[in-house]
Amino acid sequence: MATHALEAADLVKTYPAGRKKPPLRALDGLSVSVPEGVVLGLLGPNGAGKSTTVKILTTLSRADSGSARVAGYDVNREPDQVRHAIGYVPQKSSSDPMATGLENLVLSGRIFGLSRHDAVQRARDLLERFGLSDHGDRPVRTYSGGMQRKLDVALGLVHRPKVLFLDEPTTGLDPEARADLWNEVLRLSGQEGLTVLLTTHYLEEADRLAGQLAIVDHGRIVAEGTPEELKAGLRGDSVQVELVDPDTDGTVRSLLAQLPGIDEVLVEGNTLRARVDRGATAVPEVLGALEDKAIPVVAVTVSRPSLDDVYLQLTGRSFRVTEEAA
Amino acid sequence: MIAHTGLVFGRFMRASYRQPALIAFTLVQPAIWLLLFGQLFQGVVHIPGFGDSSYIAFLTPGIVMMTALMTSGWSGTSFIQDMERGVMDRLLASPVSRGGLMAGQLLSNATTTFIQTILVFAIGIAAGARYDGGAVGYLVTIAASVLVGLAFGSLSNAVALLTRQQEALIGIFQFVSLPLTFLSSIMIDPTVAPHWVNVAARFNPVNWATIAARQSLAADPDWSSVGRYSLYLLAFTLIVGWLSTRAFRTYQRSV
Repeated sequence: MATHALEAADLVKTYPAGRKKPPLRALDGLSVSVPEGVVLGLLGPNGAGKSTTVKILTTLSRADSGSARVAGYDVNREPDQVRHAIGYVPQKSSSDPMATGLENLVLSGRIFGLSRHDAVQRARDLLERFGLSDHGDRPVRTYSGGMQRKLDVALGLVHRPKVLFLDEPTTGLDPEARADLWNEVLRLSGQEGLTVLLTTHYLEEADRLAGQLAIVDHGRIVAEGTPEELKAGLRGDSVQVELVDPDTDGTVRSLLAQLPGIDEVLVEGNTLRARVDRGATAVPEVLGALEDKAIPVVAVTVSRPSLDDVYLQLTGRSFRVTEEAA
Repeated sequence: MIAHTGLVFGRFMRASYRQPALIAFTLVQPAIWLLLFGQLFQGVVHIPGFGDSSYIAFLTPGIVMMTALMTSGWSGTSFIQDMERGVMDRLLASPVSRGGLMAGQLLSNATTTFIQTILVFAIGIAAGARYDGGAVGYLVTIAASVLVGLAFGSLSNAVALLTRQQEALIGIFQFVSLPLTFLSSIMIDPTVAPHWVNVAARFNPVNWATIAARQSLAADPDWSSVGRYSLYLLAFTLIVGWLSTRAFRTYQRSV
């Protein structure tokens, strides 16, 4: 069915000016919708408006204007119904470090109205499922980062929500813990039909987990689709040339732009990126042209389009560069 | 709300049991104040006009209120810890009662105040304080100290929600707590203090609590005065309790 578990239209949110900071327009007319049972990845750099979107959809914060419905309820008019229907895993760890894993889960279950007996039962099931059974009676402050994050997700699931919000679930985790958590999220959406809204600034994570992607930039959605659709929107291959010296006066750039079959040349320091029709024929031409002008080259790579290229094309900035600036 | 109050209360009580060093410190501190100030100022009873003849008996109810005030100032730090992690955000996006969240935390704080009050009395009596009034006097003192703890604890929680900074919370509380302690009859009989101090003390909730406690412990209590000041204190506690629960909204607007 084409019912939407989540629909947001024209969300605007401005944070007032504070000491030493100007007012910040975090959301600038953001609209997004997620069909039931789909994992939607909200992808974008820090400060793009991902967390603000999640905070508004979870009723934690309020938009200045715009509307949103989650699990069929209006976030402004029916916040209590929304709160019962959702699970929220904030960006920062949301467990009480002084309490044990079991106590955290039981308290959360009881807040949602489970009886003591049911809350304990549900807590034990979740500990088991996330591989934390042996640690359930230890205070959370003794947990590793990966264990704490699993507990956070478990805390979001205690009351069997219809929609789960994961705000940067794997930031700061080691690769093994990240892979673990990915499998868990895939299982949730696959076997249990849970609708998930996931924010991330890892392209790899979005590619792996999300059935639908929405790319956020400056508080708006700049592109939407499946990862494949977004990548298919890019013609040809991507060629990257790493130079010995930075192309400060733009000679290399204009040189490459003149070559047939090459367009969209972008320069970032020592690196040039170009979209080409066919990587295999473009590389010899690029190398030949550079050699004619005696421009030293460190490396040339050809790749199929990645989400990074999608992002680059949509925002004019490479994802990594944006990340470093943020 | 009552069920949620109980759940939140249980959470904070459990956390306190797990920090025995902190419990020891909160219990030793008022004992030191009582003995230190008791020695330091014992001469004031000889000033002509000072109402009481035993300074330790005079001081003990005052130290009870001062302890309740000082302990409650720290109340907001547990909210700040929750905000620094994602605990507060998770709770506020859940159907938890805001009143229950506030009340549960405050009641765990009031439990500490209750225990401290009994301890201060025990030390005061061991140091020679004697009260002519009956058991009702002790009950009034305990109730008044718990109200002081609840009122200033909820103010501390409100400041925590509005500033979200540990430094700001401690700074503001230190700025307020010393005037509240000294512009009162906690250590000095108002009859020997300057007139303006008496005027200021009239508007000081900690002073209301001290007067109600001291009166109710006296041989021949002026119950109308006890009742009046207790009522002021109760009204003050309810008002700041309600206002601080509103602070959740302000916090949510800013996240």
